[in-house]
Amino acid sequence: MNVQRLLPRLHIVFILLPVYWLVNMSFKTNDEILSTLTLWPKDFTLGNYVTILTDASWYSGYINTMIYVLMNTLISVSLALPAAYAFSRYRFLGDKHLFFWLLSNRMAPPAVFALPFFQLYSSVGLFDTHIAVALAHTLFNIPLAVWILEGFMSGIPKEIDETAYIDGYAFPRFFSRIFMPMIASGVGVTAFFCFMFSWVELLLARTLTSVSAKPISAIMTRTVSASGLDWGVLAAAGTLTIIPGLLVIYFVRNHIARGFALGRV
Amino acid sequence: MAQIDIRQLSHTYQDEAYAGDDFALRELDLSWQDGGAYALLGPSGCGKSTLLRVISGLLRPTSGQVLFDGQDVTHRTARERHVAEVFQFPVVYETMSVFDNLAFPLLNRGMSKAAAAERVAEVAELLDLGGALRRKSSSLDAAARQLVSLGRGLVRTDVNAILFDEPLTVVDPQDKWILRTRLKQLHRTFGLTMVYVTHDQTEALTFAETVMVMRDGRILQSGTPAELFNRPAHKFVGQFVGSPGMNFIPCESGDDGIEIHGQALPLHIPRHRETHAGPCELGIRPEHLHLSRSTEGLAAKLLTVEETSRRKLAYLDLAGTSICVSLPQDEEIPADGHHVMFDSQHALIYSDERLLESAR
Amino acid sequence: MNAGKRYNAKAWWLVLPVVLVVAFNAVIPLMTVVNYSVQDTFGNNQFFWVGLEWFDEVLHSERFAAALGRQVLFTTLVLVIEIPLGLIIALGLPTRGWRASAYMMLLALPLLIPWNVVGTIWQIFGRIDIGLAGALINAVGIDYNYTQNPFDAWVTVIAMDVWHWTSLVALLCYAGLRSIPNAYYQAAEIDGASRWAVFRFVQLPRLRQVLVIAFLLRFMDSFMIYTEPFVVTGGGPGNATTFLSIDLVKLAIGQFDLGQAAAMSLVYFLIVLVVCWLFYTATSLRETHVETRAEGGR
Repeated sequence: MNVQRLLPRLHIVFILLPVYWLVNMSFKTNDEILSTLTLWPKDFTLGNYVTILTDASWYSGYINTMIYVLMNTLISVSLALPAAYAFSRYRFLGDKHLFFWLLSNRMAPPAVFALPFFQLYSSVGLFDTHIAVALAHTLFNIPLAVWILEGFMSGIPKEIDETAYIDGYAFPRFFSRIFMPMIASGVGVTAFFCFMFSWVELLLARTLTSVSAKPISAIMTRTVSASGLDWGVLAAAGTLTIIPGLLVIYFVRNHIARGFALGRV
Repeated sequence: MAQIDIRQLSHTYQDEAYAGDDFALRELDLSWQDGGAYALLGPSGCGKSTLLRVISGLLRPTSGQVLFDGQDVTHRTARERHVAEVFQFPVVYETMSVFDNLAFPLLNRGMSKAAAAERVAEVAELLDLGGALRRKSSSLDAAARQLVSLGRGLVRTDVNAILFDEPLTVVDPQDKWILRTRLKQLHRTFGLTMVYVTHDQTEALTFAETVMVMRDGRILQSGTPAELFNRPAHKFVGQFVGSPGMNFIPCESGDDGIEIHGQALPLHIPRHRETHAGPCELGIRPEHLHLSRSTEGLAAKLLTVEETSRRKLAYLDLAGTSICVSLPQDEEIPADGHHVMFDSQHALIYSDERLLESAR
Repeated sequence: MNAGKRYNAKAWWLVLPVVLVVAFNAVIPLMTVVNYSVQDTFGNNQFFWVGLEWFDEVLHSERFAAALGRQVLFTTLVLVIEIPLGLIIALGLPTRGWRASAYMMLLALPLLIPWNVVGTIWQIFGRIDIGLAGALINAVGIDYNYTQNPFDAWVTVIAMDVWHWTSLVALLCYAGLRSIPNAYYQAAEIDGASRWAVFRFVQLPRLRQVLVIAFLLRFMDSFMIYTEPFVVTGGGPGNATTFLSIDLVKLAIGQFDLGQAAAMSLVYFLIVLVVCWLFYTATSLRETHVETRAEGGR
């Protein structure tokens, strides 16, 4: 019993420790970082953050990432909605096989697609664009979105649809006025997970971009192999990427349990 | 077997409770005899489930005492109280067979496997589960699962009382009757104290010898089904019990008797009760009202007629109050000129929602 | 899945956009990969058919076997640690109140950090010169250096994955536990069940579905892992932490060894699909559907 109560607490400490270290480092100068190990910055500085927020080659990374993540979430959710509805309400030729084929894409190793995507998107002239990354990520996010939304939709009785049709609603109006509000939390959960998976992904995002649409993850990793590493700036850049995640968690904190409860992540 | 006594029991779910509304149970005093069959009847939120949980030991009351055979068990855990409970949702251990389910409480209490097997076989026979013993409990339907839940209670030899918390909620309608009958049989066979909580009056009235109607944490009336039906002590009881419920018509006490909107009826409030001020109401069941064209009764306007399988229910407006009159299936209802006649023997007078005394 | 639905061929119109987009992303690249896997080149974009030669080479290559071996070891270790750990954490979480909320927020944190930053965090954390863990471990006398010692590199990478993903398992299990009606616990208490019996007969059966999902997700994602170990160790020291994805990317983009990379890709994808399919069919044979219905369709 005691172990049970203790373990979550220990794990939270375990989670927070490396994050604290990163944030700690982000407020130090490179000199301090390399010379001593201090639990709190001796010379507290905001210089690293200033660098990032003023240097276009840094802050553009955040903007780029945000753009394609939002694009991807929008595309994935809007395309998945009608599809999920179809899976939830209708039987049609090949529906089961289609569903499984969609899910199987979630199991595709991104590494397998790195080179082919590079060639594909280059050949249609979309290399180094935000839309390329947004579309590439839909390979995994659309199946996920369809899966989650179908689950939520199946929880709404079909009688509601039928009543609406009898009352004279055309499909688009029914969908937007009646159905969507009922699955609002489902849409929220879906958007959350799409956002999450697109925001964190590196390999494809880096492979498909070079300069104009370069995400922050690629910018950060470019400094990995360089010597004379600017640790402070790197730490600050990393800390800044944690903030959107924190905000999102905070806003959906009451729905986290519900989202996972669907058991369909 | 146990006599169960409740003394001055109150309970609130809130951390700070002041007004009466904050309390789920208010100052209850009860005595249940050993071997009796009791029902707690009331609408959602009336406190019946809370009371049950206090008795079973799953909930510790804010104040008051629970006594089993005179012993204070208020602070004993559920396990120590020797009660069994059947819940709304059939609880079976899905990975176990029916046999293992029934044996579970016995093995937990240290009984030997052989003795447990014997006891399980006995009880399974009584519940007609003998053939299903080897089946996985997850394959049973809701009614059978409830029987297994019940079986886990009956199987124990140390059980004082069995408590039922709306056990037929998820059971299919056609199986409800079978289960109800079975429960009554079991009560006769085992002679255990059984307490049955429900919001369904049919279940309560057919199962129990004594029914307690609850509302807002209080027991409004405790009595046999007949008593509750014929002499409800409280307006709520009159309306809740019986389908349809009792009619309540505002009235005044005049020199010539009870008056309803100026029209007198040959009924009187007993003298000694006349000092009770406050609005009066006449309570009378739809079965004890008649429709006629004669001007002896009170004039009323017909609103609608409902036909059920056994009788007709006429809804009328009597000077502003809706009332219901129950008529035999084949009786003709005139097109107009309706008058309502009162069977005065069954009329009751209520003041402040409480029964005063029968009129006359 | 098909209960109570109407047959409607027009449903295909609703599904079409999704099919087109996913097919574009899935079918075309896969066709490319298949194409490369059965051809070789003289250079100058001239290809000729070589049949299954690449597959033969990959399946017999020591390099592939080594990467696969490392991958299997990694995935196994990760699963063995994360699933039980996540479950135990979930069992110890508060059930309601602001504490429950706070725990969930903190647990969710690692899941929302970009994977390269996860790598960066641990890259820094484990370094012996600027990292808290690295310095402390060496300070108490243990020789630890993940950039030079393969064993240390493994420990670091595994610790990082546990740090990163255990929360997912914990949150899934927590949600599963919350779905158990109170009546089950109450009945178990009345039945005199011990703590262990409650876990075994009340909680675990209900968690089965959630654990299967957690297992599948962790298997898939750990088997495909690329970014985090790449940022921390770059696959090293030497090849010590070069897992399948890292090896494949080296082959495809680094060395531009198209034929071999393509064959390896297909084998890789196939392994994941087969294991997932096996596991899924083996565990979904027992329908949890019946149980939920008998409870009144909760």
